Amino acid sequence: MRLNCPLCGERDRREFYYMGHADYLNRPSEGAAPDAWDAYLHLRDNPAGLTRDLWFHEMGCSAWLVVERNTVTHEILSTTLATDVKEAGE
Amino acid sequence: MRVAGKGRVNRHVTVPFTFDGKRYSAFEGDTLASALLANDVRLVGRSFKYHRPRGIFSAGSEEPNALVTIGHGADRTPNVRATMQEVYEGLSARSQNAWPSLRWDMLAVNDSFAPFLGAGFYYKTFMWPKAFWERVYEPVIRRAAGLGALSGQHDVGRYDKAFAHCDVLVIGGGPTGLMAALVAGRAGADVILADENSEFGGRLTGEVEEIDGQQGHAWADRVVAELAQMPNVRLMRRTTVTGSYDQGSFGALERVSLHHACPHPDAPLETFWRITAKRSILAAGALERPIAFPNNDRPGIMQAGAVRTYLNRWGVVPGRKVAVFTNNDSGHRTAQDLHDAGIEVTGIIDARTDVGSVVGVPTFNDGQVVATAGRRGVEQVTFTHSGGQKTIAADCLAVSGGWNPSVHLSCHMNARPQWREDIAAFVAADGAVPGMSIAGAAAGAFTTAACLSGGANTALGVLADLGFTKPEVAVPKAQDGTYDITPLWSVAGNGRAWLDFQNDVTVKDVSLAATENFASVEHMKRYTTQGMAPDQGKNSNIGALAVLADATGRTIPETGTTTYRPPYTPVSIAAMGAGARGKGFAPERFTTSHTASVQRGAPMIEAGLWYRPSYFPARGETTWQEACEREVRMVRNAVGICDVSTLGKIDLQGPDAGAFLDLVYTNTFSTLKPGRVRYGVMLREDGHVMDDGTAARLGPDHFVLTTTTAAAGQVMRHLEFVHQCIAPQMNLRLASVTEHWAQFAVAGPNAREVLNAVVDDPITEEEFPFMACGAVAISGVEGRLFRISFSGEHAYEVAVPARYGDGLFRMLLSVAEALGGGPYGMEALNVLRIEKGFLTHAELHGRTTAFDLGLGTMIAKKDCIGKAAARRPGLTGPEREQLVGLRAVKAGDEITAGAHLFREGAKPIRENGLGYVTSACYSPTMGNTLALGFLRNGRARHGKRVLMVDHLRQISTVCEVCDPVFFDPEGRRARG
Repeated sequence: MRLNCPLCGERDRREFYYMGHADYLNRPSEGAAPDAWDAYLHLRDNPAGLTRDLWFHEMGCSAWLVVERNTVTHEILSTTLATDVKEAGE
Repeated sequence: MRVAGKGRVNRHVTVPFTFDGKRYSAFEGDTLASALLANDVRLVGRSFKYHRPRGIFSAGSEEPNALVTIGHGADRTPNVRATMQEVYEGLSARSQNAWPSLRWDMLAVNDSFAPFLGAGFYYKTFMWPKAFWERVYEPVIRRAAGLGALSGQHDVGRYDKAFAHCDVLVIGGGPTGLMAALVAGRAGADVILADENSEFGGRLTGEVEEIDGQQGHAWADRVVAELAQMPNVRLMRRTTVTGSYDQGSFGALERVSLHHACPHPDAPLETFWRITAKRSILAAGALERPIAFPNNDRPGIMQAGAVRTYLNRWGVVPGRKVAVFTNNDSGHRTAQDLHDAGIEVTGIIDARTDVGSVVGVPTFNDGQVVATAGRRGVEQVTFTHSGGQKTIAADCLAVSGGWNPSVHLSCHMNARPQWREDIAAFVAADGAVPGMSIAGAAAGAFTTAACLSGGANTALGVLADLGFTKPEVAVPKAQDGTYDITPLWSVAGNGRAWLDFQNDVTVKDVSLAATENFASVEHMKRYTTQGMAPDQGKNSNIGALAVLADATGRTIPETGTTTYRPPYTPVSIAAMGAGARGKGFAPERFTTSHTASVQRGAPMIEAGLWYRPSYFPARGETTWQEACEREVRMVRNAVGICDVSTLGKIDLQGPDAGAFLDLVYTNTFSTLKPGRVRYGVMLREDGHVMDDGTAARLGPDHFVLTTTTAAAGQVMRHLEFVHQCIAPQMNLRLASVTEHWAQFAVAGPNAREVLNAVVDDPITEEEFPFMACGAVAISGVEGRLFRISFSGEHAYEVAVPARYGDGLFRMLLSVAEALGGGPYGMEALNVLRIEKGFLTHAELHGRTTAFDLGLGTMIAKKDCIGKAAARRPGLTGPEREQLVGLRAVKAGDEITAGAHLFREGAKPIRENGLGYVTSACYSPTMGNTLALGFLRNGRARHGKRVLMVDHLRQISTVCEVCDPVFFDPEGRRARG
């Protein structure tokens, strides 16, 4: 498996650390209700198909990436810097 | 038998080798298989289950029978295919699965019991008593059935792994692959051409046919010579591409030195490659399949194509009288080549009607072999044909049931091959693996002309996709024609008809599976074990599913194939794990004081990948305990030096550095003044403690953080996550500087005296009070000084760039020793911190909260990671197991880490558990055994007694619960 790091180019997956779904980007605000924290911490879909998750280029440039991929075909659709995703979303 | 004037072995160089201890002679260029056949060795092994005599069947990596053990002692390698092993001087091969000898094998008696040993026999036979399965049946079966055995010794061979990248990976170097590589190479693409054989050419190496007016193998040599001249082409011989994976990744095994008598000492035996290709062309060719007929497993019964290859490539014939059984033209080609070479062909038995004949060879239409005879090899063949039944003499029977395209690599990512009725075979589907194109025989093109044009055209398509200009290449002229086949899978008759030679599975076994309703091809495979041996059913899968289709009344495409999985051929674990054995599996990280510590006789212990001194034995000390207690007293009374460089160090700079630390630590850092250090606790977002450490503010926008040794990587990752994924608006940068700085603790009442002997400008209490930090110079080297203490003593940590670490450590030791001090190790460090109730990852084990640790008040008003979750019900309160100190009521009684805590008088069972011990030591300072642990509602139980029970070591100790800070609770010594 290979991931295209926006900073380093295409690299072997052994350079990356996998964290989990990109939901982790959307941290609830300080006073959010317990349900919101519960959802943020624990509730995840398990899709057969498109998913977005967070990978860390630990053996490379230390960038956190949002990777869009297909869990059925293993296709990697896009890799984006997490900071760019955050900026676009805010 | 060797045939004069045939083959391309070097007859000027003879190569001596042994098989089962007997000496033989081969020629340079022989494989072990061709050399054995040249020496008329027909019997090479015994079969897996029935111990039937078996001979060489193929000329390639699909070989099911001729598995041998090569070498002796630790170098012994079992299950080597004789067809792939090139001979070298002194090669020592032995047969497998036979005792006492290959000719007289005691367990051949199994064959007489065959009626009782059919598919699934052990499921039915060894049902009871239940306990017998593990103790009796399984060991006996395992001994009786099987192939070669490992040496049981440590493998001392060298193996390697490597990465390669290319534009186009061409898999297979036959006419298709050579043509594809030539086109891609001339276009300027980066090409890797991999073939599992020792020479390129594929089928061309075993055929008599012309390409552009020259011999096919000569054309192949010319193409290889041109490719070898191209700097953009890498030729990989003896390299089997074993698997295809995501995003154009491939695994490949190269046999680097296995064909050398004296391998270069620096060269590996095998290299496991990971190849990344923008595009790939599968030109893996096709494998000739057998036909199942009664007693079709006798030595001398071989693939027709293999017989031809032995003749044309190695100048060897496997018999003096050869018969041919075929359902396509392959058998006729074999007969023709043998006849032309002057070998007697006793008959062509062709399953088809109305086919042409080879001049001078009797041909029988509508022919089916119904019986074979011969003791340790075939001697005669009986068959039916359009004119009745006939028996002919044959010491070799060349069989062709047609050709199966090698679709394996196209199916490794879950695709299924497609059935083509016209060639009665499954072919690889384009697009089955993203980026992979299929060409030549793998795509069902069975003539040389079609392979050459297929290879060229496929390469042109790939090059166009990659943006290369179309090169000048003419497709050479070669033999063309049609592939005429009448499918024939099995012949009925008396006697067992083998499908899977390697796992001893017959037509009857597959029929039985269908009868017992193991009708799915996957179920049939597991019930009969067909296709499960090292050859993974390369010869038998299609035949077996055809028999299954017939038995279940379905068509072959309806029945479908089993799942193709990597590896294509066996890969030694040693090659895949190359470089990761022993210390390669867990590399060593050494501190700068390592040499000096070892010189002082310190036993080094692992801390993650780091090695740290356990203790520094003094003259006359015989136990670690003695050394440890001396070192503890030394620190408490004089001064000690300890390397603390393994703690993680993270450099943090930027205008928002303070605000960022407020977010990641529970307590506030933005208010910390430059020149000051603060202890901090970090939570995970789920509210549990991740790590603790200190942050020193070196300047307004500059902090340096410490982490525990164990969590350095995790904390770095977490900080980057918080910065990039939660607070990207914050202006700061993080860098791990753990290995940049050598850092030493100088701890004890004489600490400042030691420091002032090494720093260029002496320091004072006013300049460096408790929790101060700043720059110092040591012999002109710029360093950093932190007034922090993990021992509770007046202490400093002094850091210098790592290259000065060894020098500083030795300097500090010599000064300290003059003041009654010296070095201390991990044992003493642990005692010192337990006495003070300081935490390590024994306590920060991932399930404890700040509340549990008594650090709840450190969660400040501002938001921080983990704050919301830490307030969840159940994470605070009297039901929680809280950090406590424990001391033995009877001084010196043992307390052990991992032991459980119970109410005095309660039965020590799980239901009554109140907590557990995390760290324990004997404290020379307090003269008692001390421990830290977690106890339910522990802070309310100070002064009470609990029973510690270590069920594992059978220890019970009554303990008094107390505050976790045993020594100097006011912290006067660290401040003084």
